[in-house]
Parts: sequence; structure tokens; C-alpha cells
Amino acid sequence: MNFEHTEDRRMLADTLNRFVAEQYGIEFRNHKAYGEQGYAPERWQQFAELGAIGALFPEEVGGFGGAGFDIAVVFECLGRGLVTEPFLGALMVGRALAFAGTDAQKARVAELIDGSTIAALAHDEPENHYELERVATRAERQGDGWVISGRKAVVLHGTHAQLLLVSARTSGAVDSAEGLSLFLVPGDVPGLQRRACGRMDGGSVAELTLEQVRVGADALLGTEGQGLPVLEHAVGYGVLALCAESLGAMDVAKQSTLEYLQTRKQFGKVIGSFQALQHRMADLLLEVEQARSAVINAAAAIDADRLSRERSLSAVKYTIGRIGTMVAEESIQLHGGIGMTWELPLSHYAKRLVMIDHQLGDEDHHLARYMALASED
Amino acid sequence: MDLNFTPEEEAFRAEVQAFLKDKLPPRIANKVKAGQRLSKADQDEWHAILHARGWYANHWPQEWGGPGWSAVQKFIFDNECALAGGPRIVPFGVNMLGPVLIKYGNEAQKRYWLPRILSGEDWWCQGYSEPGAGSDLASVKTTAVRQGDHYIVNGQKTWTTQGQHADMIFCLVRTDRDAKPQEGISFLLVDMKSPGVELRPIRTLDGDREVNEVFFTDVKVPAENLVGEENKGWTCAKYLLTYERTGIAGVGFSVAALEKLKVAANKVHRNGRPLTQDPLFAARMAKVEIDLENMKTTNLRVIAAVAGGGVPGAESSMLKIRGTEIRQEILSLIRRAMGPYALPFIEAAQYEGYSDAPVGPKEAATAAANYFNYRKLSIFGGSNEIQKNIISKMILGL
Repeated sequence: MNFEHTEDRRMLADTLNRFVAEQYGIEFRNHKAYGEQGYAPERWQQFAELGAIGALFPEEVGGFGGAGFDIAVVFECLGRGLVTEPFLGALMVGRALAFAGTDAQKARVAELIDGSTIAALAHDEPENHYELERVATRAERQGDGWVISGRKAVVLHGTHAQLLLVSARTSGAVDSAEGLSLFLVPGDVPGLQRRACGRMDGGSVAELTLEQVRVGADALLGTEGQGLPVLEHAVGYGVLALCAESLGAMDVAKQSTLEYLQTRKQFGKVIGSFQALQHRMADLLLEVEQARSAVINAAAAIDADRLSRERSLSAVKYTIGRIGTMVAEESIQLHGGIGMTWELPLSHYAKRLVMIDHQLGDEDHHLARYMALASED
Repeated sequence: MDLNFTPEEEAFRAEVQAFLKDKLPPRIANKVKAGQRLSKADQDEWHAILHARGWYANHWPQEWGGPGWSAVQKFIFDNECALAGGPRIVPFGVNMLGPVLIKYGNEAQKRYWLPRILSGEDWWCQGYSEPGAGSDLASVKTTAVRQGDHYIVNGQKTWTTQGQHADMIFCLVRTDRDAKPQEGISFLLVDMKSPGVELRPIRTLDGDREVNEVFFTDVKVPAENLVGEENKGWTCAKYLLTYERTGIAGVGFSVAALEKLKVAANKVHRNGRPLTQDPLFAARMAKVEIDLENMKTTNLRVIAAVAGGGVPGAESSMLKIRGTEIRQEILSLIRRAMGPYALPFIEAAQYEGYSDAPVGPKEAATAAANYFNYRKLSIFGGSNEIQKNIISKMILGL
């Protein structure tokens, strides 16, 4: 048994943590995250040069990592800095390409790794509330290619993504596991409208409307009607990444709260000397360590058989959703009024921690999914 | 044991309902229900409407313009207002300073300031907390030094809610630096337009700018603005912090928010059925509804004790703790119900007049911002931890 990361991963973490600390301070971050684009293109390029994107993919597609722990290490570092660059889209779209793509499609992972193409998963819809199967967007064969129409909701970096992975129904009922297909759609394709919107926690999303969007036969990823396993595979990586990101953010929130308890004086002593607050802080530490274990479990299970993998992923997302919200709320409360202020970095960590529960399935979604998967066993 | 209101109280409820139906402007009610930010003009308008009916200063005795209501009537009024989408009355002048002046002010102060509160001529804010004096309020460091017929005030206040609208601020200032912390404090009224007063907004995590820092540099304040005796301000401060706390649970606001939650949760579907029928989400809703129902009765029990001649003391701490937790949980559930649509944030949609198509269900526009903003409920007005200290000491005798 060994819970140490390999030396390569430790070096990668050191490099990224140093880069984030030096080049991605909270003022810079907030300026960009709450700005027009929601991220800093120049930092994205630098992250690519540091190998942060390549570490998310295996060698077969041009990366130099791609294991669950590689992904966890990278996203934990990103979480410490509240990084809003389009890592999640690159990971999910890239892993879908690597999993189900033709040779030509797989070759596109290289564009993601070098940072030249921004990719986004366009799956959520106004009515699907985290469900993978429920897709109302439709794609129909026309000549050699496909025509896609529908709406996609809350697509991360949807406005500036050059490559969209769009889920669409080619047959079956709206919630059928069969009949789902995935398409690679250029961001500037005619018929695609993109409405940009800022995010509560910084960054940007877009509402997409596809009206008779035409794509070629080579846009189909994987087998027609068999898109669900590919989507589940890609989203699984996204879930692991978000959970690791949350863990990084939790560590910062916890540290900030601890330092506040050690320095803030009221009634003539540091407030950390009050037992009521000491126990709150002890609970916080305990929960963060439970969250860390959940991330380790999921990172280790990401290459396991489907049921083991998916149960671990739902377990970790449930855990992170619950604990992330608790850490956010407790950190604010233990800081008091100052924890409510924009000026204090903590408040932005708190917002990110809560909002992670609104991405790729919340606590309840994954708890229900965990139970459903158990009954499949 | 009888849990029902008396026929007279029911008649009063009907009277309040009719008034709200007739007089509460739908424009304002819609903003409140949507969770949008209110302007000073909105609040002034509502205050004037209440004042015209004689219901604005509902905590004041009749001789100073109050309606002479019982605690039960105030409870009924607060609840009906909240259910109808009436804005919370901005408390600083009418509900905080007013009662202090009535109890501790001299005749001239009452005659001068109270009518100006009623008419809305003076908008008040609160100068209590300081950067170093939050939960430990008695450690305030802002000083007031007597010079002839004036005090010279120096120092800093913080978390001054709606200070940007205020004409006047009531402050806890230190007038005796050598006395024990609670004994050298005085209660002073300061004109915000005085030279040397500077206000800086504090931006909160949801992007709002409702709280401020207020700086005092050699501010000259007429000595007649001292309320009560010099160095006895802590008595006023304590009175203000415990006065009429029977409404602090915010039961009406929670009931209104729960209704909003139910509407929102009915619109959003998970696995093909509304969230209200989703076992996990429905359980969350049921739990908070049960808590709220229990809180209503706890609140009424405290009120009944007051009506019997008691004074709400430490019991109001129970109402504050559980009442704010319930409100926060409901807001949390509204946020949860929005799913991915909790992420998008449009600043302009937090205000009246936003006319672009909403992103997601209309409740989504303010769901996350309201959730984060109302984390303040368990912090301000004596944090919930301080309330637990009060319960430990005053009720349990620990």
C-alpha cells in the first residue's frame, strides 16, 4: 500500500502549483474570470506549454499521462487557483475522441493538448437536469451528412469553443438509452447561435441553439445510436476532474479559515481558542480528508469495470457535493462578515465549491445513481 | 391549550390582508418575490404607504405614533406582509433607534427625531460593528471626546447596511478609555453629511453593494446628540439588540420562500417527473417544511409568553438561530432546484427592468445570488454562535 504520488506527478504538481501561485493570483483571476471572456487565453497557452493538458491524455493520443491520478493531480492544482481556463471541456471531449474516435478524429486530440483548439461538451439541455440519457436535440441523416436541431444549456466556454461535442438523438424516445449519437460540430458552423453569459463563480457559459446545423458524415463520433457509453465515459472523467478541483479549493478554504481562527481576536483572545469553534474546525478537517479519500477511490477506479467505475464516480460526486457545500458555508460562517466580502479570496472559493455541485450531477443525482447502480449488480 | 388565533386576531388578519391587497404596489411585490434588489425609492414608497395607514412604527407606543398592537398582532402583520411580497421594513430608524429614543432619549430628542423617522425625512443607519469589534461589540474603539458643546469623533465603523442612503447614523462610541469595556461607551447620533465622515462601499460575494465602511475623522457632533447618559451607552445598545426580537425568526419570509420553492420545484423535472415528486428532493422539502411548522409554534409560544407579561430575553436567540437556518435551507433548496441553471449570473437581472429572455427558469436569475447573500442571516444581528452563548448562559445557566 502506498498513497504517495509518483515522482513525475509530484513534479507536475509542483510546477503547476508554482505557476498558479506566481501567474494566477486572485486579483488576476477575478479580473479575467468575471471579465468579458471569463478566462485568460494567454494563460491557457502557458498551461499547455507546461504540459498541464497533455497530462490528461495517454500516449496513444499524444499525451503523457491520462491515468486517474494524473487527472486528479492536475485538477487539484487548478482548484487551488480557481482556474477558469477550459480544461474540463478539453478533458471530456478529448477522452471521448480517444475512446470512440476514428484515427482522424483521435488525431484532433493533439490540437487540444497544444491549446490551439478550445473544446466544449454540449450535452445539458433546458429539460434534462443532469441526466445523460435525456436528450431532445435531434440529428437526422441528410445526404452524406447530418442535420442537427435543438437547444443546449449552460455549455462551459460555449461561446469561444472551436470544437463542440454535441449529443443528439438519432432515434428513440427522449429518455431512451438507445438512439443517442455524438457529433463533432465546429463552433462557427452556420445555424448555430451562441448566447454568452457570465457565471456566479467566475468564468463563462453559453446557451446554444442549433437550427438545421449541417455537418458531414465524419462528424459522427462512434456508432450511430450508441453514444451513451461514450458520453458516460467522457463525463466520468469530468466528474473525477471536478471532484479533484473541489478538493484543491477546499484545502485553500480550510487553510484560510484556520489562519483566521488563529489570528482574529475577540474578547481578548484569538477566536480559535474557543472550543465551540475548535470543534467546527475539526469537523471541517475530518470532512475534507473524507473527500480526499473519495477522490483517491475514484481516481483508482477510473479504469475498472463499468459498475465499479461508475459507482466510485457517483460516490465521489455525492461526497464532494455534500462536503464542498459544507466547507463553503462553514468557512464563511467562521470568518463572519469578512467571509461575505468580494475582497476576501475565500468568498470566491466558497462560490466555486457550491457551484461544483451544479455541474455534471449534484449530490441527490449521484446518490440516486449510486443506489440504481447497486441494484444493477 | 388552544393553537388558534382569537376571532379578533383573525379579523385583524383579514384587515391586514385587505390593506395589502389594496395598497402594496404590485411592482414592488413582484421585485420582492423575484428576489431582486430594492432601491431606496422602493423602500421609501412602502414606508410612506405604511405610515399613511399608521402601521409603519408598529413597535412604538401609541403616544408616539404607533398602532398599539400586541405581540400577536405584530406577528400576524409581519407574516401577512411577507406572504404578500411586502419588503422587509428597513429597521434602523423605525425599529432600532425609535425604541431607544422612546426609552432613553430626552423630551427634545423624542420630539425632534421621532416624527422625522415616521415621515421618512431622516434615513438612519447603524454604527455598531467595527473591524475589531464584531461579536465582541463592547470592544468598540471609535472615540468621542467632549470639547465644549461638541464631541469630536474619530474611528471607523463597518457592515453599515444601506449606509449609502443614510442621512444619519447612530453610533456606539468610546467616551471613557480608562473604564471597563462596557462602561465607557456612549450612544451618539451623527449627521452623515458632517465634514470628516467618509463612506466606502463593501462589495459582497454576490456582487451587491449594500454594506459599507464608515470613517470618522475629527467629526464635530453637537453634544445634544448624546442619547442617555455619557458612558451609559451600552444600556441603549443592549436594549436595541434585544428589543422586540419576537419577529426575528422571519417565519413569514420562510413561508413565502417555501411557496416559491414549491413553484420552482414543480417546473423542474428529474427523471421525467417534477422535483416535488423526486424522492430525495421531496424529502429535503418535507424536512424543512416540518422544521418551519415547528418553528411557527415555537415562535407563537415565545409571543404568548410575552403577552402574558414576560419579556422575550434569551428565548429570542432560539428564534434567531433556527429561524435563520430554516430560511437559509429554503434558499439553498431553490438554488439546488435550478440544477445547472444556478451557474449563469446576470448582474442586470438582479434589478427591476431586466427584459432580456431569462437563462433557464425565471427563478434561476436570482437563485444562487440570493443563496449566497443570505449567508449573512446567520452572521449579522449577533451571530448564531453568539446566540448559542446567550442560551448557554441565560437559559441553561452554564
